[in-house]
Amino acid sequence: MIDFTEDQIKRYSRHILLQDVGVEGQEKILNASVLVVGAGGLGAPVSLYLAAAGIGRIGIVDADTVDLSNLQRQVIHFTKDVGVAKVLSAKEKINAINPDVKVDTYREFLDSTNAFDIIKDYDFIVDGTDNFPVKFLINDACVMAGKPFSHGGILRFNGQTFTHLPGTACYRCMFKEPPPVGAVPTCSQAGVLGAIAGMLGTIQAAETLKYFTGVGELLTNRLLTFDAKTMQFRTVPVRKRDTCAVCGTNPTIDHLIDYELPACDIKKH
Amino acid sequence: MAKIQVNGEAQEVQLPLSLSELIKQNNVQQPEMVSVQVNEDFVDRSEWDGIQIKEGDSVDFLYFMGGGSL
Repeated sequence: MIDFTEDQIKRYSRHILLQDVGVEGQEKILNASVLVVGAGGLGAPVSLYLAAAGIGRIGIVDADTVDLSNLQRQVIHFTKDVGVAKVLSAKEKINAINPDVKVDTYREFLDSTNAFDIIKDYDFIVDGTDNFPVKFLINDACVMAGKPFSHGGILRFNGQTFTHLPGTACYRCMFKEPPPVGAVPTCSQAGVLGAIAGMLGTIQAAETLKYFTGVGELLTNRLLTFDAKTMQFRTVPVRKRDTCAVCGTNPTIDHLIDYELPACDIKKH
Repeated sequence: MAKIQVNGEAQEVQLPLSLSELIKQNNVQQPEMVSVQVNEDFVDRSEWDGIQIKEGDSVDFLYFMGGGSL
C-alpha cells in the first residue's frame, strides 16, 4: 500500500469517504494509466475528471490545434489556447488541476501504424474521437490487444456509449463497418449542443473510474443512448456476435484497417 | 394486431409485417445507416426483408454517432 501524503488524503477525501472506493480504490486510481484518444468534446471532460480523480498517468492523442469553434464544448481549451496544439493545451490544464498526474502527449493521428504501439502502455482506452475510421480502429486494436475501452459518440442532441472488456460485445458487434463516407454527419457537419459532450464525456470518465475501482456494473453488453431533448436515457442490451469480424468465433479481420485511406479506390483497381 | 416493442416503447402493428416494412413504418432516417436488433440479436441488412415480426418481438434501431473531437 502506498503512503498517502496529507495533501493527497485531503485532495481525494471525497473518494476516500465513499465506501465503495476508499483508500484502496483511490490507490488503484493513482496507479492507473488511461489513454484518451482525441482532446476534443469528449476528451476534454474525460481528461479533466480523470486528472481531478488522480489517475496516475494520462496519455492524450490528438494531432490538431485549438480552433475558436472548439471552445463552445471543448472545455479543457481556453480562449488563449487558440492555435496551440490540443495535446499541449490539455496537458497544461491537467497539470494545473493535479500536478500528481503524469501526462504523455502524442501529437499525431492514431492509425494502423501507431495504434498498437501507443495503446500497449495503457490499462484503459477512452475513445473521444470524431470519426468512424478511428472509432473502428480503436475498437479493433483494443479487441486484438485485449484492452478494455470506453466508446463514445455524440451528435446534435444525442449521445451513445458502451464499455468494452475482453470477451464482451465490441463496436463491430453492433456496427459491422463504418458508414459510407459522408452518409452520417459528424459534429463538424451537423452540430452538437456543447453540454452533450460534457454529459457523455463524464459518463465515460465515470466508467473509467468504475473499471479501476471495480465498483458497480460497467456498461458492458449494453449500449447507453440518450436524447437530451427529452432527457430520455436508455440502455439497450447488446450481445457479442459470434459472426463478428473481429471478436467472433472465426474473425476475418486480423490486421488494423485505415478506413480513411480511399478504400473505394483500392476496390476500383 | 400484434404488440411489439420498438426502441423500448410499445407499438401495435398489423401482421404479417417484415422487418423492412417495420423500419419503413417507423420513419427511420437513413435506414442504410442504422443497425437493427430483434430480440437482442443483430440482424444483417440482407436479412431484413426475410424476417417476419412476431407478437412480443423487441426491436431496436441503433444509430451511428460519430462526433466527439473536432
